[in-house]
Amino acid sequence: MTAGLIRRFWVNPTSLTGALVVAAVVLAAILAPWISPFDPLEQDIAARLTGPSPAHFLGTDTFGRDVLSRLMHAARISLVIGVASIAIAMAMGSAIGIAAGYIGGKFDACVTGLLDVLLSFPTLLLGLMVVAMMGPSMDNLILAIALTELAPFARVARAPTIALKDREFVEAGRALGFSDMRLVVVHIVPNLLSEVVVVASLWLATAIRTESSLSFIGLGIKPPTPTWGGMIREGFENIMDAPWLAVAPSVAILVTVLGLSLMGDGLRDALDPKGQRD
Amino acid sequence: MGEFLVRRLLLAIPTLLLSMTLIFVLARIAPGDPALVILGDQATKESLDLLRAKLGLDQPLLVQYRDFLGGILTGDLGRSLVTGKSVWSELLAVLPYTIELTLAALFLGVLFGVPLGVYAAVHRNLWPDMAARLFSLAGLSFPAFVTAILLLLVFAIQLPWLPVISAPRVDDPIDRLRNLALPAFNLGLIMTAYVTRVARSSMLNVLGEDYIRTARAKGIGGSAVLWRHALRNAMIPVATVVGLYLGTMIGNSVLTEIVFNRPGLGKLLLGALGQRDYTMLQGLMVFFAGVIVLANAATDIAYGVIDPRVRYKS
Repeated sequence: MTAGLIRRFWVNPTSLTGALVVAAVVLAAILAPWISPFDPLEQDIAARLTGPSPAHFLGTDTFGRDVLSRLMHAARISLVIGVASIAIAMAMGSAIGIAAGYIGGKFDACVTGLLDVLLSFPTLLLGLMVVAMMGPSMDNLILAIALTELAPFARVARAPTIALKDREFVEAGRALGFSDMRLVVVHIVPNLLSEVVVVASLWLATAIRTESSLSFIGLGIKPPTPTWGGMIREGFENIMDAPWLAVAPSVAILVTVLGLSLMGDGLRDALDPKGQRD
Repeated sequence: MGEFLVRRLLLAIPTLLLSMTLIFVLARIAPGDPALVILGDQATKESLDLLRAKLGLDQPLLVQYRDFLGGILTGDLGRSLVTGKSVWSELLAVLPYTIELTLAALFLGVLFGVPLGVYAAVHRNLWPDMAARLFSLAGLSFPAFVTAILLLLVFAIQLPWLPVISAPRVDDPIDRLRNLALPAFNLGLIMTAYVTRVARSSMLNVLGEDYIRTARAKGIGGSAVLWRHALRNAMIPVATVVGLYLGTMIGNSVLTEIVFNRPGLGKLLLGALGQRDYTMLQGLMVFFAGVIVLANAATDIAYGVIDPRVRYKS
């Protein structure tokens, strides 16, 4: 099934485009310390607010810092926050969903109620509330975004667990005296992993979007560390004189998020080849 | 119908209670002393004690929780720490601007999204469908503030057609509309993307139904089948998801208002964040959560009104 899924993913031009875009962004982020033309924090007051030129491909900001170099380093922060928060949301959300589906009864009802509440809050506002209360730092941002994205994972993991726990192979394991933990980890988790991974790929785009929105509002990582949202915020203050400052990070966010969405959609299509979602 | 209505409204109460509890917990898990955060390191012990008493932070947690819920029930969201005015009155003063923006975006979303979705469904897997799918994917992917900035750059700065700062004069309807145009267009784009996706998917489902085939077999023309028979049923899920999308719309309207410097709940929220006005922040979250829970309930009820099968099933 996995081989078929990977093949269907690669032959779909949409998912292929998405994967290539994401790969390019990830590569630029990883290699930023070596390939970025300048130090992202290096100031050159004499060359402040200069437009795109051969020396500074995307121009310079109010402190004369190279925008391209900052953009590449900012990609590292966005991706680390996005991936870390999704990893936490995936691990915790799936564990909660599997536990609710497996145990069932009142526990399930309570968990479902709580998930409904979490789902009823807009991602941005919940993240904003948490970061505003805990203070803006990388750890708190990761935690806040993970909290906002826990519920979708729990939902996706819960439904198949309910169906799987009564299947013959699980019953057989139970009859052989396997512990609940072994049944869940060895026999149930592998069967719902692909669906959870698809949700992760789709929500990674949302995580990056939330991080950039929080940074734009002023709740992101503090300057001078570059983040895409923070760079747009700084650029927005000079939008009349130096529009490239806001445009460059905007385009970076658009390209990355669209790439991730295309990839996520492609993965979902590959998992659902009959196109049932139509 | 009455029983369904009461049941659905009763169902909203525990969700509402849980939401309020979550906000209360979030506001209290903050590390450190909120009074110290608000007043800063230089504050004297007396002023800190005074603020703690003012915020009710010197009370046991259960008493704070009771007062918090009691306040919400009596419509008292507390007083702003900065202006001293009631949170509720400050909120009501700017609410019309946010409602105006949200309704305009909703209108644009339905106006463009439904025909686009239907057209894409009818031309499934052809280029108009591909284009509509790409548009809706892009519209839903982009952060609202990024599209807002790009629109501002093009339509207010490069082509100075519309005002850069959206501060409408209340007494002038034309000025109000000009100021609403760009923010509404920005939110409307996102809404259109969403409605297009749902309308397309719903229309595809309906077009595959037996009664559509029967209608066609009886010789009813293509457009009559489409508009008279298919569209009516296809719109039921659209009405529902539009209501459920309200939460995301609120988040996006906050960002849009900030970019266009437009009065509304977004600017109020940003001001509260900047000035560490925790009462205002908490009050706004209570308001947002309440609106979303009630909108979800209203959407379910509307669904029951449009489609009687839902009432009998539940």
